[in-house]
Amino acid sequence: MNITIEHFLLLSALMLGAGMYGFFTRRNTLAILISIELILNAADLNFAAFNRLCDTAGLEGYLFTLFSIAISAAETAIAIAVMINIYRMLKSNLVDELDNLKW
Amino acid sequence: MFSYTLFIILLPLVSFLILGIAGKWLSHKTAGWIGTLSLAAVAALSYYAAYEYFFVVGRDALTGAFERQVPFDFTWLPFFDQGLHFNMGILLDPISVMMLIVISTVSLMVHIYSFGYMKGERGFQRYYAFLSLFTMSMLGLVVATNIFQMYLFWELVGVSSYLLIGFYYTLPAAIAASKKAFIVTRFADLFFLIGILIYGFYTGSFGFVFDTPEGLQSYASAGFILPLALTLMFIGGAGKSAMFPLHIWLPDAMEGPTPVSALIHAATMVVAGVFQVARLFPLWVTYAQDWMPVIIWVGVFTAFYAAAVACAQSDIKRVLAFSTISQIAFMMVALGVCTELQTGHEHHGSVGYMASMFHLFTHAMFKACLFLGAGCIIHAVHSNEMAAMGGLRKYLPITHITFLISCLAISGIPFFSGFSSKDEIITACMSYSPAVGWIMTGIAAMTAFYMFRLYYGIFWGTENKELHAAHHPHETKIMTMPLIVLSIITVGVGVYTTLAGFGMFEGYSFGSLISADNIDYRIHFDMSVASCSTVIAIISIALATYIFKGEKQPVAEKMKAALPNLHRWAYKRFYMDEVYQFVTHKIIFARVSKPIAWFDRHVIDGFFNFLAWGTNAASNGIKGLQSGRVQQYAFVYLVGTILLILLLMLF
Repeated sequence: MNITIEHFLLLSALMLGAGMYGFFTRRNTLAILISIELILNAADLNFAAFNRLCDTAGLEGYLFTLFSIAISAAETAIAIAVMINIYRMLKSNLVDELDNLKW
Repeated sequence: MFSYTLFIILLPLVSFLILGIAGKWLSHKTAGWIGTLSLAAVAALSYYAAYEYFFVVGRDALTGAFERQVPFDFTWLPFFDQGLHFNMGILLDPISVMMLIVISTVSLMVHIYSFGYMKGERGFQRYYAFLSLFTMSMLGLVVATNIFQMYLFWELVGVSSYLLIGFYYTLPAAIAASKKAFIVTRFADLFFLIGILIYGFYTGSFGFVFDTPEGLQSYASAGFILPLALTLMFIGGAGKSAMFPLHIWLPDAMEGPTPVSALIHAATMVVAGVFQVARLFPLWVTYAQDWMPVIIWVGVFTAFYAAAVACAQSDIKRVLAFSTISQIAFMMVALGVCTELQTGHEHHGSVGYMASMFHLFTHAMFKACLFLGAGCIIHAVHSNEMAAMGGLRKYLPITHITFLISCLAISGIPFFSGFSSKDEIITACMSYSPAVGWIMTGIAAMTAFYMFRLYYGIFWGTENKELHAAHHPHETKIMTMPLIVLSIITVGVGVYTTLAGFGMFEGYSFGSLISADNIDYRIHFDMSVASCSTVIAIISIALATYIFKGEKQPVAEKMKAALPNLHRWAYKRFYMDEVYQFVTHKIIFARVSKPIAWFDRHVIDGFFNFLAWGTNAASNGIKGLQSGRVQQYAFVYLVGTILLILLLMLF
């Protein structure tokens, strides 16, 4: 079976949907972080697929994917550091309990 | 030539600054000496300026008049690029030179006298500082080159009067009196300011008449504008000079120390209104002749009212205060009855101007002497009430003699200064209208009566022996010295002018120095007026002697019993204070101020409260958007993005 661009797009759409669903419904901040990773990976998959199937001469898609992975790694590191600090202070990492920064 | 006149104003200012700033660290003696020495220098400079002005510079060869000298005049505040500007300077003309002499003499006497009177008082340095401030302002007022400078110093004398009336600021009565004086005169000054602004707006200058004759000419034909401005300024003058119905502050101002009453509330500040009318007199006579009866009738009524009240007061300072009001009213009337500016034997209409200034001079001297004498008496018996006095002639011989001299002067007995000046006033009134003349003669008779009632009440009459035995009344040298000086002036001026007036010799008389057009103007007494007023004064004195001299006073008691209402009304000053109380509290406060306060509190404040409430409510309505829940923010963001995409797709 020939793998076309549609397959990649379908997979990344599923990942995006799963990520967004997780982002809006999970209460645990770690689960939300995982959902964000899913959304980011869906976008990375799109970059790589378009580079491989549509623009075989260029390398921008691969490069951008690498770049995005590096950024998301850094982001995850910071996010986890923040979460650990929040947990130390509030003894909780459930997102609906972290509403002190309101009016 | 007259550049040293600047020091006449600067010296008291410097002494005020020294005493005001450093007074805390000075001893009473040093502070008193600083004030007195600077005043002595001012007096010496004033006398020298007067000598030089009248006898060295003298008359202009062509016109035969004393010319105006303006040693200083600079623009202090230009209001527009050209035209209206506010100058400061020094103007010397006969009346301002005369006022320099009056102010510096009386002020010097008061400075010396206060050494004794204020001895050991708390705030002695402050007292001398305020005296210097007052003297500076008053001198600045009389040498003003324009009406705006006059107004500036006018307010300064008002404020120093306020400070000195409230000198004993721990006494509630003194605080109330100082506030009353300030508010009443300030209310009158509002009209003065409006008058100045109208005058400046229409004539294009704040100067007195001699500045812009062209500007005046064009507005003289404009009808009522100039008379209106002058009348408004007169209201300001009436406030300062305690004319009815703005007189109510002066009797209360007696709460201040007695030397202050002598200086400010008898000799100098209260005549500022008279001086102002005299200063603007050429304008009055030339352009506002029809409005001058206002001055006359305000003056006549005030003179009568104050004399009537003075007959029934028991506080000796109040008697003197009402007598001052009455005498100032005499000066006002004398100005009002003037009908022309030219002097000379065929021009009798200008006698009043000279008479008014002459009476200002003589009154300042003998009234200061009376007040300082009253100060000695109060110092000796520690009371203002006549009931604590009586028979004091044995204890206070010098005060007694000087007081008697001043009483004779104010009553208009020949060979005392008041005779000559009062006689000129009555002559001027007679030539204006016999009715005014006879009314003023009657008031002069009342003056003699109440002054001798006061004299006998203090020095003869029923003695309060218990009080005088418990505390032996005595007088001190430093306090009697000014009395002697002032009574010598009173007698000296009186003898000289009486002899000159009866034509005993040809020499200078007051009119040769000061007259409406500054030209030598010598008049002799009108014998019928002079003899008539002398006889009436003697009859009044005899009547007062008959009623009040004895140890027992059956006639006085009988009169009081026969006319209880009249006596009570006069004693209560015809309830003028109550009328004011009613008008301000029941009408102005209750009917005008209260509704305005209600409007402010409910409508103005309510509107702004409504604005604040509205902002608050709107904020409460939308504050739920900032919930602090990350997922909610993200959801709103998502919905917004989807909506934007849909919009872009549809359109």
